[in-house]
Amino acid sequence: MQLGVRDENLRFTRYLVPENSGARHGNLAVMKPRTLFEKLWDAHLVSSQIVEAPALLYIDLHLLHEVTSPQAFAELRRRGLAVRCPQRTLATLDHSTPTLPAAADGHRPYVSDKARRQVAELRNNCRTHGIDLMDFDSEHRGIVHVIGPELGATQPGMTIVCGDSHTSTHGAFGALAFGIGTTEVGHVLASQCLLQRKPKTLAVHVVGKLGNGVGAKDLILHIIGKLGMAGGTGHVIEYRGEAIRALTMEGRMTVCNMSIEAGARAGLIAADETTFAWLQGRQRVPNGSAWEPCVDRWRQWLGDEDAVFDREISIDAAEVVPNVTWGTHPGMVSAIDAPLPAPRDALERRAYDYMQIEAGKPLAGTAVDVVFVGSCTNSRLLDLREAAAILHGRRIARHVRMLVVPGSAQIKREAEREGLHQVFLAAGAEWREPGCSMCIAMNGDMAQPGELVVSTSNRNFEGRQGRGVRTVLASPATAAACAVAGYVVDPRALAEEVAA
Amino acid sequence: MKPLTAFRSRTLVLPDSNIDTDRIIPARFLTTTVRKGLGRYAFNDWRYRADGSADLEFVLNRPDARDCQILIAGRNFGCGSSREHAPWALLDAGFRAVISSEIADIFRSNALQNGLLALVVLEAEHSWLLKHPGVELAIDVAGQFIELPDGGRILFELDTFTRNSLLQGMDQLDFILSQRPAIEAYEQAHA
Ligand code: SF4
Repeated sequence: MQLGVRDENLRFTRYLVPENSGARHGNLAVMKPRTLFEKLWDAHLVSSQIVEAPALLYIDLHLLHEVTSPQAFAELRRRGLAVRCPQRTLATLDHSTPTLPAAADGHRPYVSDKARRQVAELRNNCRTHGIDLMDFDSEHRGIVHVIGPELGATQPGMTIVCGDSHTSTHGAFGALAFGIGTTEVGHVLASQCLLQRKPKTLAVHVVGKLGNGVGAKDLILHIIGKLGMAGGTGHVIEYRGEAIRALTMEGRMTVCNMSIEAGARAGLIAADETTFAWLQGRQRVPNGSAWEPCVDRWRQWLGDEDAVFDREISIDAAEVVPNVTWGTHPGMVSAIDAPLPAPRDALERRAYDYMQIEAGKPLAGTAVDVVFVGSCTNSRLLDLREAAAILHGRRIARHVRMLVVPGSAQIKREAEREGLHQVFLAAGAEWREPGCSMCIAMNGDMAQPGELVVSTSNRNFEGRQGRGVRTVLASPATAAACAVAGYVVDPRALAEEVAA
Repeated sequence: MKPLTAFRSRTLVLPDSNIDTDRIIPARFLTTTVRKGLGRYAFNDWRYRADGSADLEFVLNRPDARDCQILIAGRNFGCGSSREHAPWALLDAGFRAVISSEIADIFRSNALQNGLLALVVLEAEHSWLLKHPGVELAIDVAGQFIELPDGGRILFELDTFTRNSLLQGMDQLDFILSQRPAIEAYEQAHA
């Protein structure tokens, strides 16, 4: 086998001519207008794609968490390899960590010894390899896709990977960011590089303005509903247009986060003044006299005006209403009070069965058992404010259990400074420590079989929030409104009540 | 990884579309720190009832499912979470190939990295395979075809690199590390 490998390598090296080497400039490649994705791709080529091998892409930032990394570190150990760039690697604890605080003796309520060991293993691995870990004692621990941007580690023009499909979140900053498997986590640890075949490009133009009371979550659910669950497979989506420009960074992260739910490799939004303002002053961003030159470099990360995408679709923002999912994948989307369509195939019939709902009736009015506000889709300060605005001065329905889980320790502190936690607690919700919590339900936070959860997370697959649990994906405002009403309801009804 | 050249096996069919990785292996089994032993959790919530008893209706629990190494699955198999535990569980459960008309990107890459053949075939061929559970197929990686019982062939695409990796049991990390000079040159140029 070894011989075979060497033979192959000899053959490969003869073909390798870096696409970004000087030899390439001055020819046609320079003339052709490129999309933002193509520019990011080209700039990170260590060696370009040839018939015999995928491209080798350099990775600027590698994020780690406890669930998808242990087997990758084990492979490094087995081979006696070091981590090539610990300084480009950042780790956190989020997936299997408890969201209940530690006891007075420091004991944390892990769901199992295995989960405890998994966390201990990441801690050891980070110590051994000199990797920064946002541990329990860190002010910055949180969900991996929340803390990257929060620390300013996520920056325009970067390539970012993580053993986690929602790495697409970081694309909101004009970075090429996507999820990888554990074997590839090992590749990046050892070489800071990744073998990749070039994906296709898909432009999603969102024209016009979003209506009042309609947010980024409603928009991305609408887009996934249009694209379908595999509509983006093999593509990197670039979101463009007036309605995208008008979004806050939090909103843009929500949109890019769920790109994977349409099957896309990554989501991308070109950086602009909103991006720069959001990043200014963050820990890992250049400051003082280094700030302006840094922003000038970032500004260059724009697609060419006349660049051609492999596919383009257009979405009218004015058509977007508060959306919820009714089925068992994020593409099964409906306006809250629209009658649900008749099932078109076996899959949809199965979804209706699983969800225990009926075609012809709207989802509005369906009884709710649990409400979850959190996850890398919607656990940022603006999301919490949105939920708190609905809950302010109200109580959640008596039969409803509500969990509010901030995305990071920093968000938790900021929310508490604003008193948001008191709004949640006064309304009867639980206010937890940061983590993935009920988004993936592997830390013990889960619902019971048959219960209906209105959740601000990103996946409503069968069993995602616990065996037999029925998940309805929604915005923070919708989730909060459902908690108050005790059944699925359009948040605009409650918002108007406040105004009245 | 062991070289994978050719093998034959009967098929097992899961016709549902959009079988996501949460269904292939639920998240609560992801607290493992090793790759091995996940086969018993493959399709856990389909195979076992809440009380832990096996659901004998589910195809994987039927006696003739034993020794089936080829899984024919509905469209968009492996969507959702990037967990490599999904292909690990399938391999550990004895599968060596999954065939569909569409396979999610990350799952496909994860599968092939581990020597699980994730093969995409045309709609018409796919629907034939869905309608004929239990047929014996021969898969030839070098020739890039699936041979049907009547001798007919379904061709599949594999990029040269993946094909060679599979045939030789080549580890992709070896290949990447052999590019060290190029990586160093890149780092110097971008320092
Ligand atoms: S919050 Fe959910 S989707 Fe996000 S990283 Fe955690 S488990 Fe994954």
